[in-house]
Amino acid sequence: MKRIYVNEKWCLGCHLCEYECAFAATGLDDMVKALKGRPIHPKIRVEDAGEVHFAVNCRQCKDPVCVRRCISGALTKGEDGVVRIDREKCVGCLTCVLVCPYGAVMPAPDGHAAMKCQLCTDNVCGEPNCVRHCPNQAIVFEERA
Amino acid sequence: MKYVIIGNSAAGVSAVEGIRSVDKEGEIVLISDEPFAAYGRPLISYYLLGATDRSRMNYRPADFYEKNKVQTMFGVRAERIDPDAHTVCFGGGNTTEYDKLLFATGSRAFVPPMSGIESVPERFTFMTMQDALDLEEALSPEKEVLIIGAGLIGLKCMEGILARVKGVAVVDLAPRILPSVLDAEAAAIVQRELEARGVQFLLSDSVARFDGKTAHLQSGRTCAFDILVVAVGVRPNVELVREAGGTVARGIVTDECQRTDLPDVFAAGDCTESMDVSSGTRRILALLPNACAQGFCAGVVMAGGERAPEPAIPLNAVGFFGSHILTAGSYEGECIAETYPDRCRRLFVKDGKLKGFILVNEPERAGIYTALIRRGTPLAELDEALLCKAPCLAAFSEKARAEMLAREV
Repeated sequence: MKRIYVNEKWCLGCHLCEYECAFAATGLDDMVKALKGRPIHPKIRVEDAGEVHFAVNCRQCKDPVCVRRCISGALTKGEDGVVRIDREKCVGCLTCVLVCPYGAVMPAPDGHAAMKCQLCTDNVCGEPNCVRHCPNQAIVFEERA
Repeated sequence: MKYVIIGNSAAGVSAVEGIRSVDKEGEIVLISDEPFAAYGRPLISYYLLGATDRSRMNYRPADFYEKNKVQTMFGVRAERIDPDAHTVCFGGGNTTEYDKLLFATGSRAFVPPMSGIESVPERFTFMTMQDALDLEEALSPEKEVLIIGAGLIGLKCMEGILARVKGVAVVDLAPRILPSVLDAEAAAIVQRELEARGVQFLLSDSVARFDGKTAHLQSGRTCAFDILVVAVGVRPNVELVREAGGTVARGIVTDECQRTDLPDVFAAGDCTESMDVSSGTRRILALLPNACAQGFCAGVVMAGGERAPEPAIPLNAVGFFGSHILTAGSYEGECIAETYPDRCRRLFVKDGKLKGFILVNEPERAGIYTALIRRGTPLAELDEALLCKAPCLAAFSEKARAEMLAREV
């Protein structure tokens, strides 16, 4: 399946992917109107350590440990390979946050559930909005082994 | 091939998935004394809290059993197994044969002998959906509740019912709350939080005797209550294996692929002992995530497949009224701590490796720490100072990071 991969040496640390992620989730068509003056809660996060920058989001693991450890059955891996969370079933215990080795599942801002990247299959973009707008191709959406 | 699974919770359901990942056709019979499809067992407190309901508690989709071609026998209790004849006996003299058998029998609430307990009119345990339903019927805003046990089960029960009753008091023999999950410093933070919400803790104390709706404590204090919940611990359901001649220590003894020493008999989940790689000791890890991993592994191996067993460690994700407590591993060695009035990060390092952690109200990215414990990664390979500040992938080498982020995992 196509996944998001990181080309660390090209990451500028601009954090635009975080804004594009938050914007995609709003479903609005004007980023300024959608995000201005509001805290953002992106599902992709850029780590900055001196000169090193890179983005991290869900790896859509082949054998996802979060799915197997979920206490409520809220996390599933679809036939398309995308790992999804059902907010209605999630009780916000954060077992998934406790077991994801990439730190890519996060508490949702309302505090009642977890959230994660679903490759923009859960919004109108259809394909990862972060990748589409990365100015330096530091994240790509493609097939790799 | 005919598989029989006894138990329909996390380990049993995961075993079905494990079997079907290898064998799409073999016959699967699943026996459970509970009369329901599988539900997320730890959700019973969230049910009482109103954070979920029965329609959303199903652990797998409604078509799970049909899709996986599982013949279910719900509300049926397995009474005996005959390992030579490869049969399971249940009520009415009925039996079923197996080629491979899995014990996913879980654990049950333990009620120790307590003087006068039979005089208590409304008393409950808190392990199953039925327990939650029974307790719910007794709840009312004018009633006081006494919970024996300030562990995970007792305190999650407290969270579930606090707003639905007049008050909750919790007694525990230990000097701190969540004694098996938190150290004293972290427990103090959580205890303050809960006391501010009106929970009364009676610690380093126990019930000497009950007299109807009064508990007389060892300390001489008395506690009046209407409803009693006993949550002092659980005991593994091991009797059928022991009677059949299988080895049982604290729990059912298995190898790392969940085989017991009875031929073609496996066991997984709360009824078994596991090797805790964070402490290097064998213990019962009666935790849902562990049951899942073991159940899946057992299923794969029963069906003739191969799966590298996942190293087991204690894992707890628990919270109360919006707080979040994430813990993993063992609290051995040097403690690197940052403690604030309302949150803390406590890392335990021994022999150059992370052995455990306690994060109170600092949940972000905790899984990065968990993976270090599970894998036994030497901290010398990482930027330890960076890692101690917060879990991050920046603490790894560029090569290690590329392994994680630039290829399929």
